[in-house]
Amino acid sequence: MRKVVEGSYAIAQAVKCCDPDIISAYPITPQTHIVENLSQMVADGELKSEFITVDSEFSALSALVGSSAMGARSYSSTTSQGLALMYEVLYNVSGLRMPIVMTVANRAMGAPLNIWNDQQDAIGARDCGWIQLYAENVQEAMDLTPQAYKLAEDPDILTPVMVCMDGFILTHVYEPVELLDHDKVKQFLPPFKPKITLDPAHPVTIGAFADPSTFTEYRYLQQEGQNKALGKIDTIAKEFKEIFGRYYGGLIDTYRMEGADAAIVTLGSVVGTIKDALDEMWAEGKKVGLVKVRSYRPFPVKALRDALKDVSSIAVIEKDISIGNEAGLTTDLKAAFYNTGMKTPIIGFTAGLGGRDITLKDIKKAGDKALAAAKGPEAEFEFLTLRKEIL
Amino acid sequence: MIQEQSLFAPGHRACAGCSMPTVVRLVLDATGPNVIVVSPTGCLEVTSTPFPESAWKVPWLHSLFENAAAVASGVETILKRQCKDTKTLVIGGDGSTFDIGMGSNSGMFERGHDIMYVCYDNEAYMNTGVQRSGSTPFCVHTTTTPAGEQSLGNPKPKKDMPAIAVAHHVPYVATASVAFPVDLRRKVKRAAELRGTSYLQINAPCITGWTFETGSTIEISRLAVETGLYPLFEFVDGKLADVKKIRPRPVTDYLKAQGRYRHLFKAPGGKEAIVAIQSIADENIAKYGLAQE
Repeated sequence: MRKVVEGSYAIAQAVKCCDPDIISAYPITPQTHIVENLSQMVADGELKSEFITVDSEFSALSALVGSSAMGARSYSSTTSQGLALMYEVLYNVSGLRMPIVMTVANRAMGAPLNIWNDQQDAIGARDCGWIQLYAENVQEAMDLTPQAYKLAEDPDILTPVMVCMDGFILTHVYEPVELLDHDKVKQFLPPFKPKITLDPAHPVTIGAFADPSTFTEYRYLQQEGQNKALGKIDTIAKEFKEIFGRYYGGLIDTYRMEGADAAIVTLGSVVGTIKDALDEMWAEGKKVGLVKVRSYRPFPVKALRDALKDVSSIAVIEKDISIGNEAGLTTDLKAAFYNTGMKTPIIGFTAGLGGRDITLKDIKKAGDKALAAAKGPEAEFEFLTLRKEIL
Repeated sequence: MIQEQSLFAPGHRACAGCSMPTVVRLVLDATGPNVIVVSPTGCLEVTSTPFPESAWKVPWLHSLFENAAAVASGVETILKRQCKDTKTLVIGGDGSTFDIGMGSNSGMFERGHDIMYVCYDNEAYMNTGVQRSGSTPFCVHTTTTPAGEQSLGNPKPKKDMPAIAVAHHVPYVATASVAFPVDLRRKVKRAAELRGTSYLQINAPCITGWTFETGSTIEISRLAVETGLYPLFEFVDGKLADVKKIRPRPVTDYLKAQGRYRHLFKAPGGKEAIVAIQSIADENIAKYGLAQE
């Protein structure tokens, strides 16, 4: 059913179709509309989930540790400071191999306080053991929700998933989307069948501490889970396509890469604007292609090497910065190439911080710099839209 | 008193003379096996579950230091959804209960989950080496409130955690002591039968933190009660319902038996501090009507 709805409603509707046993969340802008919609669905009896209103994001995710240990399909959503407050629990959830799915409405991290979109929150949490998938638009964020559960609950993977969508840009936009059909989602997503749960008839200990003789092996198994997810993400996306007819690429997607001289690599909602900018550039004879990273963790090293092997230079545009170095995706991409012998120049741009628009002009500037970088980049890393006049 | 076949197995790594395993055994003897236990990080967690070993014969879950109440809320919510009559228990120390887990506890209290929260109260961060917690009593020497030339130990009295639970309208709030197992058992049973939140705070001497002879654990806890420093009471629906009557003994009987108060008998100002501690006991005796007629 095609309908014009707010992005947050679309996500809530997708979550409803996944039949979570429990939703636990704490309000924070711009995530609020998602959980308000879910609360209303529970209040109206159209969603048969438990909804716990907790005292903090920290408790929101902690409650799901309990429910997940009981074998319940568990959902939360947060952003920015809320995600940071969950930091300790993020590691706990992934270490305990709990297949929780959480929508992250990407937002800047304070100080200074800023409620608008960038991706510092999730990129800053990249090492916590969660799978991170990034959506380009509302439809993709919706469709990723049941895919995320299928991935997380796969017995070979058992890894929590963040579905990342740009705050406001996607959570608050009204656009036509194909709402998910509950019966079709049931057909796509089987019920969660955990191997181990808390049950007095079969008592188990969950959360024992590991000393140096076993800790490394826990981490190894988590790494193995993420590596297996590399293979499953595309398989699940294709299974989804068979039922729903929509497909966005697997680990990555590409646009105008055929015959491109340079490439822009990015994540999230800016992809749409970049596609428009590239259309204009190609019309001007500037052959710049696009690689969209859909899975940031696990990081699709091989897929990126393959997609980018023929370009002469690369620009990364991303909404985060590892202050004191460059930005996350830039570093990861460079690392992906290092041992291949590929000497393609890579230039990193941070842009769109704290909700600043990334315009067609900005993207073309990055594209031009990427083309010029074929002869050697003029800088390793730049702020793409810096207002020097207010410094 | 303790059942031979306990749901908390021997072979755990608690110190000789530690009261905590006795508390856990008494609690589980009273609840029986139809429980799920959530424990925060602390002595209990580290001594009972070094992977791949576990002392727990009931389902047990550990997540973090400050989130046991929230984790238990998730467990209980799903038990209710599954229409199961299994009781959810939290068993944790005073550091997680009084301090770092306070926000999470407040949320659990206020939402009214069917959870029995048991705090084994050893009055400091024992797992990390006897640092002061919000539960540490007045003038106690800890490693972060050490006695010294300019210090008589912890400068503040113990936080009144039961009153905080009562203020949340927790329907059953009680204190108990490892030295009074019949009383403790009765309170656990009462909390287990209740459909709602309960808070039990159990005086649990720590041999290394309080410093006393290995064999005198129970005697120390008895003295805490009999001096009036650790009043045993029950609040039912916000009202004081019952207290353990005592023939009050002077606080010095209790203080001199423990290394954590040793400085009060030597340092200048120690005498006055002991008088102040006696008045804390006297206030408890008056407030709760502890003295046997």
